[in-house]
Parts: sequence; structure tokens; C-alpha cells
Amino acid sequence: MARAALPGRLTWRAATLVGERRETPSARTLVLDVPDWPGHLAGQHVDVRLTAPDGYSAQRSYSIASAWDDKTVELTIQRVEDGEVSPYLIDDLQVGDQLELRGPVGGWFVWREKQTAPVLLLAGGSGVVPLMAMIRARGTAKGKQPFRLIYSVRTPEDACYAQELSRRVRDEPGLDVHFVYTRVSPRKRIDVATINSYGWPADFTPDCYVCGPTTFVEAAADILVALGHDPKRIRTERFGGTS
Amino acid sequence: MGIISRGFGGRRRESVPGLPPGQYLTHDFPVLSAGPTPRIPLDRWSFTVATETGEKKKWNWQEFTALESEDVTVDIHCVTKWSKLGTTWRGVALDTLLADVETAADYTMVHSFGGYTTNVPMEDLLDGKAWIAYKFDGEDLEPEHGGPARMLIPHLYFWKSAKWVNGLTLMNDDEPGFWEAAGYHMYGDPWLEQRYQGD
Amino acid sequence: MNPLDGNAMAGDLRELFTVDVTAAHYTCAGCGHADAVGALILWGQEMGHVGRCPTCEDVVLRVVTAPDRVFLDLRGSVRLELPRTGS
Repeated sequence: MARAALPGRLTWRAATLVGERRETPSARTLVLDVPDWPGHLAGQHVDVRLTAPDGYSAQRSYSIASAWDDKTVELTIQRVEDGEVSPYLIDDLQVGDQLELRGPVGGWFVWREKQTAPVLLLAGGSGVVPLMAMIRARGTAKGKQPFRLIYSVRTPEDACYAQELSRRVRDEPGLDVHFVYTRVSPRKRIDVATINSYGWPADFTPDCYVCGPTTFVEAAADILVALGHDPKRIRTERFGGTS
Repeated sequence: MGIISRGFGGRRRESVPGLPPGQYLTHDFPVLSAGPTPRIPLDRWSFTVATETGEKKKWNWQEFTALESEDVTVDIHCVTKWSKLGTTWRGVALDTLLADVETAADYTMVHSFGGYTTNVPMEDLLDGKAWIAYKFDGEDLEPEHGGPARMLIPHLYFWKSAKWVNGLTLMNDDEPGFWEAAGYHMYGDPWLEQRYQGD
Repeated sequence: MNPLDGNAMAGDLRELFTVDVTAAHYTCAGCGHADAVGALILWGQEMGHVGRCPTCEDVVLRVVTAPDRVFLDLRGSVRLELPRTGS
């Protein structure tokens, strides 16, 4: 599992859809079989390339949602209205279909089991995906690192992995999850009070991972710095929202 | 490898006759940016022409917009393969700005707020081929599209039409600007598909 | 238009290099700030990657991908520190 990539340059490889799950009305998890997959670290992503019959192609990055289990690679795709790739992946791609995939990539926004510090995960919308991979990797490794996830999402119906998260909170000591609903009364945003109450104090020197739309990431990272967290321990991944 | 995704159309794209090679028609106005969008208050805006001998001529916003302006309707072609037809602008021709400038320079470097640069031969700025535009579609040019004012050089790929312009340096020798230094073509003629160096 | 993080160019760079450059450390030529390439603020994705220093906004790194070539411009970086073994 520690072996994140084979030596040599990466190229595109064929992946086959072997399973799927509906996570929310606007999100679908693709379960992909990728021959010779070298394994991946929690937080890494892949690039997906689709090519139309006339040769036009489009490329997008998606975070890996699953912990490496020696079998498949799971991506959770959030629909971007008017997007050109995500509607196809959600509505049209069928089990047995193939697509081109390059990865795993990204060795910076990752969590490794050997990290011992407490972990604070801040998710905005579909930014939960790579953070879920970290929670799953901790679960697979039966890790003891204290984990806290603050998950900002529009409504409970828009929350991915809700059942699995509550099961893991019940079964895996040291994992806490707090939801912030931005479109349910009283409408909330992630703020200083939320992170103070449901995050870790800066004194605990947690490793912080922030993922979501650019505005969410910048607001959340600013709050962490204002609360005294070391910028070197804050890792961010912005979603462009053009997929 | 080339896996074809049946049913994948991608963004709607029309290949209409009369476009430069490799271009598709778009009806919206995509925004590309190599950095944060600068917000320039009009009272802090200025445009400076610096000649090869170091002489400078400068206009503030009031002086600039008092110059004779023209309405132009042109097709624009982005190196990322979209083209947009019949776009309407108002701006000041570079002929007007350079009319009283003493120079023998063959090349220019366009400068922008935020540090962007792009190189354009002098002859491509003259004879009604280039403008500094401050209205698009009858409205003040929005910051995301280059407002308060941007270069408009429609016969070259659109990265040459620098957003947020604030100056022009006249040069005896050609030098690469921001994208040209990073691999894009020094001239950028869409009809010759001069996208990258060596094309 | 919103920027991304340096992370987002990991795939394009792994097509060129046998190590993950986004985990490497750059030193900004403009202000001397040093951090992971993955922490750069990434602009300009359609024409190429423009990685800007999060501290001073200077351009640290540019990657332009042509159909048959890739241009990597590092003039904004005085140093790049790469791990010798994978991850």
C-alpha cells in the first residue's frame, strides 16, 4: 500500500466500469477495474479522459474515494450543471464501458498511515471525496489517529457517504463527524465557532486537510490560520467546478 | 490507446466554414486567465507608451477616453480552439495612440496590470488592425474580460489581445512575452495555426 | 475564473518525470518562499499551467502542453528539491 507508483513515467490506461452506486441525487460512485493498478494513497487523484467519436477529447481530474483494497478504484463524481464530462459519467457510462485513466497522481495532498498527528478534515460539498478516502484508509489500517471531519453541504440529501460515516463513527473509536448545512434553516457556513467547537485546537498540531470549491477552501484555510494553525500543516485542494 | 466513448459529445461545437483551421464556434465568451483579476479604479488607470529611446507618453483615463474612438465588429480566435464571430467593441485605434510618437522600432511589448506581457510586431498594431478597447457589446468592459481596457488585435490569436493593458514598450528586437516565453508562438497567426513555437 | 492548487498538474508532470514533482519543494525566485509544488496557486489551465507563489503571487513554474511537446518554464524558481525515491 505504501508503494504509490511504479517507477517510470505515467501513461493513460484503460479502466472498465465494474460497479456503481448512487450517493446522492447528483453524485454517483464509479467502481473501476484498472489492470496493473499500482495502488494509491488516500487523497490522490486520477485524470480521466473521454474521447468523442469525432476525436474531440476532454480531460478532468477526480479524487479517488476508496482506500486501496487490492481490487478496484472508486471515484465519486459530482454533477456540474452544464458540465461536459460529469453528466456523461453520471448518466451515460454503463457497467462494462471503458474510459481512459491516468494515475494515481499527487503526492502532496495525501494522508499516510504512518502519520501520527490528529487529523482535521474540512470538506465543502464534493470536496469530501479525498477526505473520505483518508477516513477509509484509517479504517482499513485500524488506525488510532484521532480524526475529525467537518462536512459543509447544502442539505442532508446532498451529503455523500452519510450512512457509512455514521457506521464508522459508531464502530471506529476516535472518529468524529460534524455536518454544517448551508441550505437548511438555520443556514450555516463553516466559521470560527464551528471549527473551534468541532475541530482540534491548534495546540494539538493536527494535520489539516481542506477540500472543496475555491471560495470554501480559502475561507476555511484563513480561519485555520487565524486560529493559530501552522500554515505548513494545512493542505488544500481546490475544485475548479468546470467538470 | 484511443478509447472512444460512445454517446460522449462533449461541449456543443460547430465547425463552420470560414473559421481558421482547427477552430470551433462558440457563442459564449470563455474566460482564460494566467493570474488573479486585477481591479483597477479608473482614477488610478493610465496607459504609457515608452519608445526605444526611452521617451514616454502617458494618458490617464479621462485623456484616453477623450481620444477619437471607433466601433468595430470583428471575429476573435482563441488558441484553445474557440472562435467567436461578430463581436462588437469600442476602442481607440493604436494608430491614434502612436500618431505623434517618434519611433523606428519594429517590435512592441504590451504590458498589463498584474504583470502579463505579450509581444506584437509594430506593423500589426498599425493601419486599423489593433485597438485598445474599453466597451464590449455596448457595455463597459468587465474586469474578467480585461476591463477597464484591453488590447484588441483580432487577426492574431486572442492571447495577443492582452487584458488590463497599461502600456506599450517599443523595441528594436523581438522578445517573448508571458506565454511566448513558455512555449507559445512568437507571432500567433490563427490562419497558419501558429499555436506553439516552431509551428 | 478560480484558481486550483499545484496538485492539479500532478498528472501532466508524471507523464514527464519519474517522480512526483508536486511533492517536490520549490524556492520562489521572487520572495524566497519555499513550499511544496502542490501548494502553488494554479492559474491558466486552458492554455497551460501557471503556478504562482501563494505568498507573493509571482509565477514560479509554467507548463505548456503542445500535441507533440511539453514546455516547462522554471525561471520563477531558484531551486527545486526532489525526493530521490518514489513517494
